Amino acid sequence: MKLRTLTLGLLSASTLAFAAHAESITIATVNNGDMVRMQTLTDDFTAKNPDIQLQWVTLEENVLRERVTTDIATKGGQYDVMTIGTYEVPIWAKQNWLLPLDKLGDDYDVKDIIPAIANGLTVDGKLYAAPFYGESSFVMYRKDLMEKAGLTMPDAPTWDFVKQAAEKMTDRANGVNGVCLRGKAGWGENMAFLTAMSNSFGARWFDENWKPQFDQPEWKNTLQFYVDLMKANGPEGASSNGFNENLALFQQGKCGMWIDATVAASFVSDPKNSTVADKVGYALAPDNGLGKRGNWLWAWSLAIPAGTQKADAAQKFVAWATSKGYLELVASKEGWANVPPGTRTSLYANPEYQKAAPFAKMTLDSINAADPTHPTVKPVPYVGVQFVAIPEFQGLGTTVGQLFSAALAGQTSVDDALKQAQDAATATMTEGGYIQ
Amino acid sequence: MARAVSTQHKTIATAAAWIVALLIFFPILYTIITSFKSEQEAIQGFNLFPSGTTESYTAVEAQSGYFKFFLNSVFLSVGSTILALLVAIPAAWSMAFSPGKWTKDILMWMLSTKMMPAVAVLFPIYLIFRDTGLLDSRIGLMIMLMLINLPIVVWMLYTYFREIPGEILEAARMDGASLWNEIVYVLTPMAVPGIASTMLLNIILAWNEAFWTIRLTTTEAAPLTAFISSFSSPQGLFWAKLSAASTLAIAPILIMGWFSQKQLVRGLTFGAVK
Repeated sequence: MKLRTLTLGLLSASTLAFAAHAESITIATVNNGDMVRMQTLTDDFTAKNPDIQLQWVTLEENVLRERVTTDIATKGGQYDVMTIGTYEVPIWAKQNWLLPLDKLGDDYDVKDIIPAIANGLTVDGKLYAAPFYGESSFVMYRKDLMEKAGLTMPDAPTWDFVKQAAEKMTDRANGVNGVCLRGKAGWGENMAFLTAMSNSFGARWFDENWKPQFDQPEWKNTLQFYVDLMKANGPEGASSNGFNENLALFQQGKCGMWIDATVAASFVSDPKNSTVADKVGYALAPDNGLGKRGNWLWAWSLAIPAGTQKADAAQKFVAWATSKGYLELVASKEGWANVPPGTRTSLYANPEYQKAAPFAKMTLDSINAADPTHPTVKPVPYVGVQFVAIPEFQGLGTTVGQLFSAALAGQTSVDDALKQAQDAATATMTEGGYIQ
Repeated sequence: MARAVSTQHKTIATAAAWIVALLIFFPILYTIITSFKSEQEAIQGFNLFPSGTTESYTAVEAQSGYFKFFLNSVFLSVGSTILALLVAIPAAWSMAFSPGKWTKDILMWMLSTKMMPAVAVLFPIYLIFRDTGLLDSRIGLMIMLMLINLPIVVWMLYTYFREIPGEILEAARMDGASLWNEIVYVLTPMAVPGIASTMLLNIILAWNEAFWTIRLTTTEAAPLTAFISSFSSPQGLFWAKLSAASTLAIAPILIMGWFSQKQLVRGLTFGAVK
């Protein structure tokens, strides 16, 4: 009896000591549906790793970016894992701000990560961030309205077809806009869409010598087409619409077509939140027959800042959250339709996923159609489909986004907006030492 | 007849006041209404009659846990206010009762610090906090909030103290009161309404401060501003949940404001009419 008491006592004492040694890691993230779901499923991780505790900091996207940048640049050490995008990874990795992910475990299967996504997160052959969910962009359209217009959406439409369909679907008396596109200024808002769109028109941000190209006819064609299309067939006040605003419009049945992130497919097809859930079709982003489509490539990824004191625990968490096992965990608890998309090839081969997500094939095809190293028709000196992976792009992209948003709102002409964009870009690039 | 006109004027003035009040309050009211809607209802355009579901509140509580943020907000706003008063009462006393050549300039300079955009000093402050180990600590943030609100507190107290006749203090001095006794037993009791309204206003300002409280905290010291911010989403519509989070965050200060509105209004208009 005494021995049993003693053993029990020792056991509980060692448990206490163990708990006292539990390491706590802080994870910074955004409030997107997939991330919120992850926070509810972490019991699985803590059960497997009882010595690691998780602390979450959820922030608005721009605040997160600013906070994480401040912290990482000053080596503040507030975060052990951070959620960042495809834009930051190559820049930060080159600055030695991130740790390479080389201890993800034997069963992690790095090769299963979709190559287009993995390429964007790899620098000098090393993976610096693990994708939590990946996305491209594509056309979501109302099958019923398309049929009413007497048209059939091809799997790979052209911009001319989109324009023709938008004209026929627009029925402003009944609150239906032929097409909804982003107009809200921001490098990650309207410029993500417009840069991707411009690729299909053969435009580029810079030539091989970093000379801005807004004075070239390709940009004029892009912006003029966009402004004309939106003025004739877009919703009122489109210059302040971003992802969420267009999502609300589409879910309420006010858009015939919406070209945006593939991740939106799971929202618009969800009968709990969408009034048009059973009427949505999907097609690749449009092209102009130049060999490039207007779709982007993005992955919200988990990375570990170089300043962390808890790198091993952080890698364990990153490996868990981006593993095949995590996808299965979500599927078992919330169904295959809610699995974070766009990261692993094996997911798209899974018949159960294909059945639950009718947009699966189109998503994978869109992701594979984007090439960050050769984003547009002509050669470019930068990496990135809907962004230019240089530190100056956040500021410059937003400035140009404001000019283009003003052109959409009718406050300036297309020509003026392009001229000002050219001037702003030339000034920034000269200041940054890109143009000698 | 004159009486009738005056009644009519009164009615119009009252109606106008109600309309203006309603206009100002409407965004808050609509936030509260939206918090009782489902996410689908929330995006379906303007609607003043929610289904009354409390699912957003349940979801918000499950996702973030309100109470820890609430306690931090209380600690930070009350703590920084007390700290600010401790510094500002002597400062305002000296400026009100023994002004020097530079008093006006000092007052203007103090106010001018409020004109600087906070983001301009983000990096230096962040580095100081990092090096002194104050990042994500309640004490550090309390000092920060005290510092940013100090100019307003000094100005308000200075204005109240100026209303108090200096002769009373002189009389106290004649009776042998020390400086300390003069401030604690004579000046402070006379300035209680002013101090109270300054305190209330400062608590509200500190409660609502959303630049430093978000940028200098992570998990331990994060107050309700960080709590609301965590419900804004770049991809996904969580308007009902965001409204529920906002309602929870503003409720305490709204209730406090309701009960203390007499003091607040009296304090703010103190000295306005001579």
